[in-house]
Amino acid sequence: MTAKSLFEKVWDAHVVEPEGADKPAVLYIDLHLVHEVTSPQAFSELDARGLKVRRPDRTFATLDHSIPTLRPDADGNRPYVTAQAKKQVETLEANAATHGLRLFGYDAENRGVVHVIGPEMGLTQPGYTVVCGDSHTSTHGAFGCIAFGIGTSEVGHVLATQCLAQRKPKTMRITVDGKLQPGVTGKDVALTVIATLGFSGGTGYALEYAGDVIRDLDMEGRMTVCNLSIEAGARCGMIAPDQKTIDWLRGRQYVPQGEAYDEAAKGWLALASDEGAVFDKEIRIDGSTIEPMATWGTSPDQGAAIVRGVPVADNEDQERALKYMGFTGGEAREVEKVDVVFIGSCTNGRMADLRAAAAIMKGRKVAPGVRALVVPGSEWVRLEAEKEGLHEIFLDAGAEWRLPGCSMCIAMNGDFVSPGQLAVSTSNRNFEGRQGPGSRTVLASPATAAASAVAGHVADPRQFMALEEA
Amino acid sequence: MSNQEPIHSFSSRILVLPEANIDTDQIIPARFLTTTTKVGLGKVAFNDWRYTADGSNKPHILNEIDPTEHRVLVGGNNFGCGSSREHAPWALMDYGFQAVISTEIADIFKSNCLKNGLLPVVVSKDVHDKLLANPQQRVTIDLQNNALTLEDGTVITFEVEAFARQCLLEGVDAMGWLLKRLPDIEKFEQSHGKAA
Repeated sequence: MTAKSLFEKVWDAHVVEPEGADKPAVLYIDLHLVHEVTSPQAFSELDARGLKVRRPDRTFATLDHSIPTLRPDADGNRPYVTAQAKKQVETLEANAATHGLRLFGYDAENRGVVHVIGPEMGLTQPGYTVVCGDSHTSTHGAFGCIAFGIGTSEVGHVLATQCLAQRKPKTMRITVDGKLQPGVTGKDVALTVIATLGFSGGTGYALEYAGDVIRDLDMEGRMTVCNLSIEAGARCGMIAPDQKTIDWLRGRQYVPQGEAYDEAAKGWLALASDEGAVFDKEIRIDGSTIEPMATWGTSPDQGAAIVRGVPVADNEDQERALKYMGFTGGEAREVEKVDVVFIGSCTNGRMADLRAAAAIMKGRKVAPGVRALVVPGSEWVRLEAEKEGLHEIFLDAGAEWRLPGCSMCIAMNGDFVSPGQLAVSTSNRNFEGRQGPGSRTVLASPATAAASAVAGHVADPRQFMALEEA
Repeated sequence: MSNQEPIHSFSSRILVLPEANIDTDQIIPARFLTTTTKVGLGKVAFNDWRYTADGSNKPHILNEIDPTEHRVLVGGNNFGCGSSREHAPWALMDYGFQAVISTEIADIFKSNCLKNGLLPVVVSKDVHDKLLANPQQRVTIDLQNNALTLEDGTVITFEVEAFARQCLLEGVDAMGWLLKRLPDIEKFEQSHGKAA
C-alpha cells in the first residue's frame, strides 16, 4: 500500500467518478452548509430547472451575514440595515421551507455563524467533505475534513446533485514545531503561517497543518488556523483528528452516540497521514519563535510580531498598504491609536476566544474614545458566555455585547467601522474598506484585540497577562 | 439561465487596473451582497473606487471609459483573492468585461469566472509587463486555440482547465453534466453508506 496523506484518504473516499485529462472528478459532498447571502440565486436556478434539493438531510442553513446583531424592538422588529437585507433573510426562510431544509433561524437555539455552529452541533465530522458558499469553510478542516468555499453556481450543483466537479489540488504540509510561548495563540500561528507563505503562496494547494504546536492547540485554536487557510490562497486546510478531536465532539447533537461513537472514532484516528506520505510541498516553521502578531498592511500576509514594530516597506505594494493604513515604517505599534475593537467572527468568535479576551478585560476599562464590540459566534456561545459571566466583564469594561452574527467582520449588516477609523479586529481580512468604506483594519488575536481596547492603541497582550503565565 | 453562450474569439481594447492583489471586496464591497438576483451589479463594480460616500463620481478610469470598448480587464499581480462571492464575476460581467488577465488569479474567483463565461487568463510577468506598458492596446483572445495576441503581434498560449474550456466553447452546462451522473451518484451513496 502506498502511504497516503490525510487529504488523499478523505478525497479518495469521496470520488464518485475519477478525474481524467478532459474531465474533473465527481466529488461527493457529505455536508452542505447554506447561508442567506450566497444561496438565493442557487435556489432560483433549481426553481428554473424544476429541481428540488436532492439531500435535505445533508443540507443545513443558518442566518449570519446580513442579520442585525442588535436586539429586536418591543414589537419584535429587527433593525435590519436595509429592506433588501430583510428580504434576503426572508428569501432563505422561504427556500428552506420549500425544500424541506433545516434552517437554524431566529427561533433556533443554535443559530449562529455557519462555521461556528457546524462543529458545535457535530454536523462537522472527521473525514467528511464539507462545502459552503463562503471562503472560510476551511475552518471545518480542523476536524480532518476536506472543507472548502464554493461560489453560488456550485452551491446550486450541490443542492441539485450532492456532488461537485473538482480537480484534485496539490498538497502542502506545514509543520509548526516546538512549543508556543505564553500569550501566543492559534491566531498568531495562523498570521505567521500566512506571512510565511504570502498572500497567494497556498493557491492550488490543500494544506495540512502538523507538528507539536498544532497538536498542542485546543480545537478552537485549530479552527482558527484552518479558517485562515484561504488568506494564503489555499481553499482548504486540515488537521488530522486525534484524541482531542474525539473528546471535543463526543456527545454533540449530530454525532453518533454511545458505542457507535467509539466505533466511528477508531476510523477517524486512522485518517492521519501515513508515515512516508508524500506532499507536493513541505514547509517548517519554528513555533517557539512566534510572538503575538498584528497586521500592518491591507492583506492578511502583511503581518509581523507586535514587538518588532511596523516594517519598512521594501516594494510598491507595501508602500501603498502603509500609506492607506497611515503607518510609517520603523515606528512602534503603540503609536497606532485605536478607534474600534471587534471581537468575534468565524475566525475568533468561540468560547476560548471570548475567555481570552475577557481574561484581559476583567477589572479593566476600554480606553476612552474606543468603541469595543463583542459578538459571540453563536447562540450557544452567547448563552455559555453569559453563564460564565463573561458578558458582564465585557459590559463592565465598557464594551458592547451583541447577538451572534458575522457583524463587523464583513460589515454588511450595519455594524461597520467609519471612514478613516482604525480597528483592531479578530476577524480574517484587512482589505481596504473591508469593515466599511475607508476603514483601516489591524488583524490580531482576541487577547491582542482586548489589550488594544484597554490600552487605546495596538498593544502586545502579554503586558496584561498574569505573571505566573509569563 | 442554464446554458452559457459559447465563447470562441473576440478582440477588444484592454483596461488596466495596475494595483496588485485586487481582492473581491474591492471588486464588489460586501454591503452590496444583500441582493437576491445576479442582475445590475455592474453599477457597483469597484464601487468604493468609483464613488464617494454621497454617491458622486470620483475621477476614476472606470467612470471615464466606454465599457463596450474595453472588454478585457488587466489587473495587477494576483487578482481576485478573498471571498467566494460569485457577485464578483457577476459585477465584472455586468460592467462589460469578458476576460480578466493577471499573473495569478485566485482559485475560487477563477472557478466562479469560468461558471459564468468570464474568461480568466493567467500570463507570465513578461507578458503582463507588456500589457501594463501599453494600456491603450487592443488584444485578441481566442479560446479555440488558447491564444492571446497582443497589439505588437506577440502570441502566447494560456491554459484553461479542459472541462471548463469545453463548457465555455460548446455551451455545456456544468449542472446538467452532473445531473446526468445521478444514477452513479446514487450507486455511490448505496455502496458507501451515504443513502438517505
